[in-house]
Amino acid sequence: MSDTAVSVILSKKKQFDREPDRRSTDFHDKLFQLEAEGELVVQRITGEFVEVPTKYGIAKKVQKANLWHHKSCGQCGHIPGYSTSIFWIMRKLGYGYHDPEDQTSCTAWNYYASATSNQAAQAAVALRNFAAAYETGYFPLIHCGTSYGHYKEVRSELLHDGALREQVRKVLAKLGKEMVIPEEIVHYSEWLYAVRNEIKERMVYDFSDIAVTVHPACHYYKLVEGDAIYDPDVYHGQRTAAVSGLVQSMGADLRSYSTFFDCCGFGFRHILVQRDFTRSFSTLRKIEVMKAEADPDVVLTHDTGCVTALDKSQFAARAHERNVGIPVMSEAQFAALAMGAHPFKVCQLHWHSTNYRPLLEKMGIDWQKAWHEFEEDAKRLERGEQEFLTWADVDA
Amino acid sequence: MPAATLDPHLKRDRVAGHEEFPVELKERLIGKVMDDPRFPEYLYGCYECGICVAACPSARFYDFSPRRIAQAASRRDVELMFQQMQEDIWECSQCFSCLRCPRGNNPGGVVTIMREVAVKEGLHTAKEALAGYSRIIYKIMSTGTQVSPDMLQPDAFPDWGPEVKDVSENLDLWRRMLPPETLHTTATGWKVADRTLVELYVIWLETGALDMIAQVDKGIHMILEELMEEKLEEEGIEV
Repeated sequence: MSDTAVSVILSKKKQFDREPDRRSTDFHDKLFQLEAEGELVVQRITGEFVEVPTKYGIAKKVQKANLWHHKSCGQCGHIPGYSTSIFWIMRKLGYGYHDPEDQTSCTAWNYYASATSNQAAQAAVALRNFAAAYETGYFPLIHCGTSYGHYKEVRSELLHDGALREQVRKVLAKLGKEMVIPEEIVHYSEWLYAVRNEIKERMVYDFSDIAVTVHPACHYYKLVEGDAIYDPDVYHGQRTAAVSGLVQSMGADLRSYSTFFDCCGFGFRHILVQRDFTRSFSTLRKIEVMKAEADPDVVLTHDTGCVTALDKSQFAARAHERNVGIPVMSEAQFAALAMGAHPFKVCQLHWHSTNYRPLLEKMGIDWQKAWHEFEEDAKRLERGEQEFLTWADVDA
Repeated sequence: MPAATLDPHLKRDRVAGHEEFPVELKERLIGKVMDDPRFPEYLYGCYECGICVAACPSARFYDFSPRRIAQAASRRDVELMFQQMQEDIWECSQCFSCLRCPRGNNPGGVVTIMREVAVKEGLHTAKEALAGYSRIIYKIMSTGTQVSPDMLQPDAFPDWGPEVKDVSENLDLWRRMLPPETLHTTATGWKVADRTLVELYVIWLETGALDMIAQVDKGIHMILEELMEEKLEEEGIEV
């Protein structure tokens, strides 16, 4: 970590201990109590798992294999290299998974944008997805930060509100589904944190010269905060270790900046119908501050909205001659690149806006050759020689 | 309740522009907000420390304050809360940075509830705030995924740079080049099974979520209702 004013402040405390009255309670007690009373089914962690440290010291289990990928509508819709990189890393590390069609969006983006839904509907959508995962035997892994945060809210509401449970149970009965809540709600960035040393072992590039700033997703660590990963070895336990812990393990140059806690400006409603706010906040409070204080080569984050807001907002800001121009991607794409993933066939960087080519060059990746390879594959598909690219094509 | 209209920090006189609404209506709507089962968990009183404002992105670019939201709700200031339902709540980013509150307040959560009531009651300002948003509601409720690749059109996102045009022009081909089989779609984020969609429709109908759409956009509501009823009939499901 560079010796900025922020890192000096952070280093003054070896480890940050939170006051007992600020600690949230462990939800597991209530969860298992309701299970014992026959109110719901708890989908248990099975097979190999890693225990990771959370904000108030409660260990959280992260299952390593046989995961049910709860995809993100924004990632799949307009940042497809995000999802593809998560799958690719899991395949490279040899962990089995299930990519379901029996999955809907959590619909929380819409809920936080428009409020055109209600508590029971949101809980029923969450539990329908959880039941679908349970029926397959695979354990849910949540790709989106907002889905993850919202599902934790839903879990809390269901555990403490019997009337809501009853309402949702009736809806699920119409669908022929049980009321299932997983033992842990796990975000993909927690899985990456859990396997960070395995990723490090498979790196084919040295990223020690790559300067990184991290933007943590609000809905990851502010909503139902007790679940988020905090590690004494990352920012001395004062900031969430999601993303940063992986970057640190990979040996990249993790740099700090003063507006780490600020949101990205996504705004849910604003990104769609009032983007002047999003653009202003993203560039003035995040990108420009990062650039002035840390001068990173890349911004890494771990949520759909954050990649979108931070990446897409920079184009218009350039017209105003603002100090912008840092490529933005998920840490999944960053880790995949380090492990040798194709920048276009896997990481799909051509869907991103801010110029990523100088970054690839600094990483030692020949993007011109890679783009030529991508175009050759595109021509094969256009000629009708093949309808789709497959994992075998990508790994060839 | 006497209106304390001299507070210089208000956007404007708290009842200005809202005098036409009877106090009974205001009382009823604020009553609905406070009757929400989540409300007691979202508010524990306010120190007036302003930490929530310092953390709030919307407070930097709008005349918006999560502290005012918490304070108005704490003292059940019906006039001010009604004004906030009409003017403030749609400025909130729903990032929940305000959960940094040392008292454990959740002003963003209070805003969520206020928005829900504003939509259910069909407030004109809610319709205004969601103008242009109906296509998103249609997409999420009808397909089960919110953002589809075919929404990336240059005329809709001119501020996102020339890459949007590249994606739009090559959409079908580039989607077929994605290795996960579920991602070859263009009208949805991923391939959602028919049965899954029907189950989602049952949820919208059974929980009253579909009814809420009628308050925002009657046309979209009608289209969604017809679509869902037809699908459910095909599957032999009665709601």
